[in-house]
Amino acid sequence: MTLTEKYNALKTIVIKEVTRFSRIWVQTILPPVITTALYFVIFGNLIGPRIGEMDGYRYIEYIIPGLIMMSVITSSYANVVSSFYSAKFQRHIEEILVSPTPNYLIVIGYLAGGVGRAMCVGGAVTVVSLLFSDLRIHNIFMTFSIGLLTAILFSLGGLLNGIFAKSFDDISIVPTFVLTPLTYLGGVFYSINMLPEFWRSVSLGNPILYMVNGFRYGVLGNSDIAPLGSYAIIIGFIVVLFAVSLHLLRRGHGIRN
Amino acid sequence: MTTALAIKGLTKTYGNGVQALRGIDLVVDEGDFFGLLGPNGAGKSTTIGIISSLVNKTGGRVEIFGQDLDTQLAAAKPYLGIVPQEFNFSIFETPRQILINQAGYYGLERRLARQRAEKYLRALGLWDKRDGAARELSGGMKRRLMIARALVHEPRLLILDEPTAGVDIEIRRSMWDYLRRINAQGTTIILTTHYLEEAESLCRNIAIIDHGAIVENTSTKALLSQLHIETFVLDLNGPVAAELTLPGHALRVLDDTTVEVDISKESSLNDLFNDLSARGIEVISMRNKSNRLEELFLHMVGRESENGAQA
Repeated sequence: MTLTEKYNALKTIVIKEVTRFSRIWVQTILPPVITTALYFVIFGNLIGPRIGEMDGYRYIEYIIPGLIMMSVITSSYANVVSSFYSAKFQRHIEEILVSPTPNYLIVIGYLAGGVGRAMCVGGAVTVVSLLFSDLRIHNIFMTFSIGLLTAILFSLGGLLNGIFAKSFDDISIVPTFVLTPLTYLGGVFYSINMLPEFWRSVSLGNPILYMVNGFRYGVLGNSDIAPLGSYAIIIGFIVVLFAVSLHLLRRGHGIRN
Repeated sequence: MTTALAIKGLTKTYGNGVQALRGIDLVVDEGDFFGLLGPNGAGKSTTIGIISSLVNKTGGRVEIFGQDLDTQLAAAKPYLGIVPQEFNFSIFETPRQILINQAGYYGLERRLARQRAEKYLRALGLWDKRDGAARELSGGMKRRLMIARALVHEPRLLILDEPTAGVDIEIRRSMWDYLRRINAQGTTIILTTHYLEEAESLCRNIAIIDHGAIVENTSTKALLSQLHIETFVLDLNGPVAAELTLPGHALRVLDDTTVEVDISKESSLNDLFNDLSARGIEVISMRNKSNRLEELFLHMVGRESENGAQA
């Protein structure tokens, strides 16, 4: 394929993926916005004032970056895993597999869909958060780049889940039993400095902690982790998961007999 | 003449140990209308799966217009259009979206993709259904949608895996006409079908595959010439005795006005009619008992099964 043909193939996948989640926005965009708004009401307005300040910030201000990041993580993951597995289930993934579209463009195309949905949801949650607090962005580059890189990373995670999944049960197991606990324990609602030493050390093994804190640094200028450490962890995972995805697609794992 | 498809020593053993292909050799020339026939589980769909790169082969080589699938897969793919046996499009998309996307995967620019989608949706009689959900199409329309999708990047080799399964006779005939037309325009076509009348009517060359091996590969004409005996059913203008016999002819009475007769290749139908006339029996109509290719196919597959059983 020439460069133009590759561009056209990628554009096709991206349009298809963005159209898919946009068409069913009531299922893909709205629910996380409503859920996060409820978090703002309950933890921010009702319980927050009784908790007091966290690292010098009002509690609602402290949890806003984490809640935005939580919506980015779940949306990017859910978009790619459901789209890819559904393409496998209905077998229309074969439309791409018989074509000359290179595997890396298939991966990038699906990532674009996941990132697109994550940005829409993340943007909408950010707008909603303005109703509850006077949000100021400390470092716009870091806020945006950490959000984008996290969306890429969890889109890759969703893709891998979709490649391995053999049933619809398989696409809900990881989000329910791995992703949600790691996110809740990733410092969304608290600072790990509040934890006893042992649990603090255990928390440092949770990769989501680095994303939430990197994003919090971008928004508030406050983090439990060195900001560069967040970039290193996220980019490191992206490189590994991208390579694994390509390897599995090349082998035809779960999609070729 | 250019070779559209060359298969050499193709083998496939599935993970569960089933040996689906046992060393297939096949050559299809450009412009041919080629039939790949075989009973269920013979290896037809596995062969097509390997050609379309959806099934990983165990051994052997496949070349499409000289491009080796092992070393030049990306270069080989644009030559090929595939119409699979099972429906494999998104049921939530419209026929137009499906075709535009498929064209895009082959690198076609969006505007050209839209033009091609219109061209092939019109050609296959689906233009009126272009913006409805694909899941709402009838079975015949879904089959035509898959043909349109396979053609949207204008491949030089079109492979159809039982394209007319479950399609009514009128639509089947119109699909035949369309396939003949694109074949006449230069597209090489490989067809698998369970309707042997279809293969006899459309294909110039035929290979029969059974138990993962090619048991016959020749022209349709040469294949049919191997048929030594044909059975005809004769409708008579008056009743005949149930015990009627005709010396020199294998004749069986089906009912009082219908008989069937086996005619060998060396015999003349005139002899039969003369003998019947001599007995005052008049024939008012005559037809083949079954499709000629079907008889031959059953004979070949049965023969190979027997050989296999003996081995």
